[in-house]
Amino acid sequence: MEIPYTVQPRPDTGVYNAKLGIWLFLASEVMLFGALFSSYVLLRVGATTWPHGYEHLNIPLATVNTVVLISSSVTMVMSWASLAMKNLRRYRLYMGSTVALACVFLVIKGFEYGAKFEHGLYPGGSTFLAIYFTLTGLHALHIVGGIVVNSYLLGPGSAMWKTDPARFTNRVEIAGLYWHFVDLVWIFLFPVLYLL
Amino acid sequence: MDTASDESVRKHVRVYVTVFVALMALTIITVTISTLHLDTTTAIIVALSIAALKASLVAAYFMHLISEKKLIYAALTLTAVLFLALMLLPVSHFADRGL
Repeated sequence: MEIPYTVQPRPDTGVYNAKLGIWLFLASEVMLFGALFSSYVLLRVGATTWPHGYEHLNIPLATVNTVVLISSSVTMVMSWASLAMKNLRRYRLYMGSTVALACVFLVIKGFEYGAKFEHGLYPGGSTFLAIYFTLTGLHALHIVGGIVVNSYLLGPGSAMWKTDPARFTNRVEIAGLYWHFVDLVWIFLFPVLYLL
Repeated sequence: MDTASDESVRKHVRVYVTVFVALMALTIITVTISTLHLDTTTAIIVALSIAALKASLVAAYFMHLISEKKLIYAALTLTAVLFLALMLLPVSHFADRGL
């Protein structure tokens, strides 16, 4: 059975089905992270003392990670644009860069976590550390999810380019929407946890 | 037809590069401001305003929200309302306690 509206927009929604699907999923993700940000505000306002992020956290490393993640968002959107211009070689280059940058982000995050553990700073140490590890840990899991999907689209999944290029281009656009959302969450996490 | 769509994608690419430069500049600005150690209220307003601006750029251009269909806008408007309600929960909690 053929899946309907993978390329053509559905007349009543105006978009192809996967695009509506990913936006509804991202809406649920907004509520997931929103609940955690809301908890953060509640905990911070209710606390008698609250450490500044820069007292405990490594701002230079987090700044580098911000640059890495924003760059990966650009390479992701460029990979889609390359497919739209029917250039598979350039697509592979940009998508490969996206996956590589995502891995760099995780390695830097790993160093950050490692330094915390070395100093005996664990999630149970304080309310600040608990919310820091919860938010950044959940975000890191999203990065892992993105790496899995993007690696598939870079490797075996790209076989679809030969059989159904328009559908494959849409798949990359959908994966991109997810990836930009992960970038967007970090854009808020960085100042909230590190700079304030 | 193909050439026309290629041209429109090329226009997109130029926008992506501009947005990338803007995002980098805003990242440097927000980190630099944080080293000034402004008072908490000002620091929160400045940092979150810059973050909101960066997020808007990503959503509008990388996620193509600047030219999306009505149904997507409708779903996201509902999400924004519910998100706002979540953010206001702590406020209502403290208002309730008279703090």
